[in-house]
Amino acid sequence: MREGPAFRWFRRAGLTFLTLFTVLPLYVVVSSSIKPLADVEGTFSWIPERVTLAPYLDAWTTVPLARYVANTLVVSLASAALSLPVAVLAAYALARFAFAGRRAFRLVVLSTQMVPGILFLVPLFLLFTQVHAWFGVELVGSRPGLVITFLTFSLPLSIWMLTGYLAGLPREIEEAAMVDGLGYVGVVWRIVVPLATPAIVAVGVFAFIIGWGEVLFASVLTDSETRTLSIGLRGFASESTVQWNQLMAAAVLASLPVVLGFLLLQRHLMRGLASGLAP
Amino acid sequence: MNVGSTRRGGSVRAGLSMGRESTRANRRRGRLLPYALILPAVLLETVVHLGPILAGIWTSLTRLTQLNIRDWTGAPVVWWDNYRSGLDPSGPIGGVLWETFLRTVAFTVLVVAASWALGMMAAYLVNTEFRGRAAFRALFLVPFAMPTFVTVIGWSFVFDRDDGALNHLLVDQTGVLDERPFWLIGGNAFWAMVVVAAWRLWPFAFLMLLAALRNVPGELYEAGVLDGASRWQQFRRITLPVIRPVNAVVILIMGLWSFNEFTVPYVLFGPQPPESATLLASLIYEHSFVNFNMGLGSAMNVLVLLFLMGVSVWYVRTFLPRTHDA
Repeated sequence: MREGPAFRWFRRAGLTFLTLFTVLPLYVVVSSSIKPLADVEGTFSWIPERVTLAPYLDAWTTVPLARYVANTLVVSLASAALSLPVAVLAAYALARFAFAGRRAFRLVVLSTQMVPGILFLVPLFLLFTQVHAWFGVELVGSRPGLVITFLTFSLPLSIWMLTGYLAGLPREIEEAAMVDGLGYVGVVWRIVVPLATPAIVAVGVFAFIIGWGEVLFASVLTDSETRTLSIGLRGFASESTVQWNQLMAAAVLASLPVVLGFLLLQRHLMRGLASGLAP
Repeated sequence: MNVGSTRRGGSVRAGLSMGRESTRANRRRGRLLPYALILPAVLLETVVHLGPILAGIWTSLTRLTQLNIRDWTGAPVVWWDNYRSGLDPSGPIGGVLWETFLRTVAFTVLVVAASWALGMMAAYLVNTEFRGRAAFRALFLVPFAMPTFVTVIGWSFVFDRDDGALNHLLVDQTGVLDERPFWLIGGNAFWAMVVVAAWRLWPFAFLMLLAALRNVPGELYEAGVLDGASRWQQFRRITLPVIRPVNAVVILIMGLWSFNEFTVPYVLFGPQPPESATLLASLIYEHSFVNFNMGLGSAMNVLVLLFLMGVSVWYVRTFLPRTHDA
């Protein structure tokens, strides 16, 4: 449609507003991270008067940032890696077979993602204390315990997104492979997995990103040794004296990997979300 | 999706090709195969979803506090006591629960409406031709990609009363206000939380709606132009009806996410947000992990679950078109 000047002004105004709104908290974080402490502590200033990169180095020693990163990395990677193989098989079943209970299974997968996490957290916490009483294995405060709780979202999410991808793959290749004598295991392993590798990577990254930012489970199930970035930085922010510039620098460092991963994979991620959502 | 034909076609064809095995055995294998494929997922789901839900229903019927938390299977059964005190609008616990429920509904409606409006506007604008579209598209994704705990820390710097960016702008620089209001304490905390939650959520609406707009056939608009429809009329009469199914799903998902919101108030205010910013998830968290009254917390969880199930079923029946493949 032809664009009149009125529409062009409307677009300019709309995009300006959306950009300012989007950038506001991001700008506050980044600009505060490069100010010396004295300048962060007073009234906010939009333009940093003095610029320093020291907070990006000092943050690593003020709080055990490296340990937070390692904990977050291990737990998010483990939950994504555990979900993926299980999800590929289940998604293949959902995408390719009609079987009694398929509808129910799909419904469970879809609905468990919509259930509040706190609903799973309370009983899982109790089950963990019971496991400790019976077997002497302490899961509360441990990384494996946190991985189990992360599966509550990473597993259904992976099944859901992968089903959408796999349903979109042409089935002729699989049928041809079967005609050539490849069994079902061979079809999944040699045909489906290689074809879906980009999707599997994208879904894994998405599950990883959500684990990276998780707050609820980590707030209850980590201790000072196993604390993740989200809880570590929140603790950092609620201390009596806070090195705000270092906190902001740590926040920037904490978001770099996931933002880069997201932007690199955005097309895959969006297609996966969209195909999973398609009514 | 023609799933119905898959099993028959797949197994017959495989049966023909694999002469060693009898067709019947193979057909049975083909029938059992999907169950074998979903078995690991079902087992894991049982551990992380079904088991906890059943355990939660059980504990909601018991008096479970920090005194007997180490041996919760032996907690005394009190049947409906937790539900009764939770639902009693004149009791201290029930009164707060009902208030929090209404607040959470209001929060959900406001956040979903704002996120949808912003996302729709952004998707509509980015879907037109102009230079720099790709840059805006990438920028608008960032709030969705950033970890919530990071961006909310940024927002807390915006809303800080004494040194925050917002009061600096409103009071020091422009003089719109004479006094520095508290944004994170008292009634304003609710609105601050709505703004932050909408800021986080609208890119999701943007992405989904942008994908939907791309699928609207161009001929429809051409016909609209010929009929002399204005841009607004085209949006109302062509765009909205065509993207309606996507809209319905996006609004449902955003609604469920917002209703379950925990992270934004937790990072913005700490484990115990001010009263005006306490949502259901925070309230249940407080009962369960601050007061350690887990029986009551579990009962509230079950009530929330029942409510969400009821609303979702009603919503899907009312707004989602029935498809042959559910």
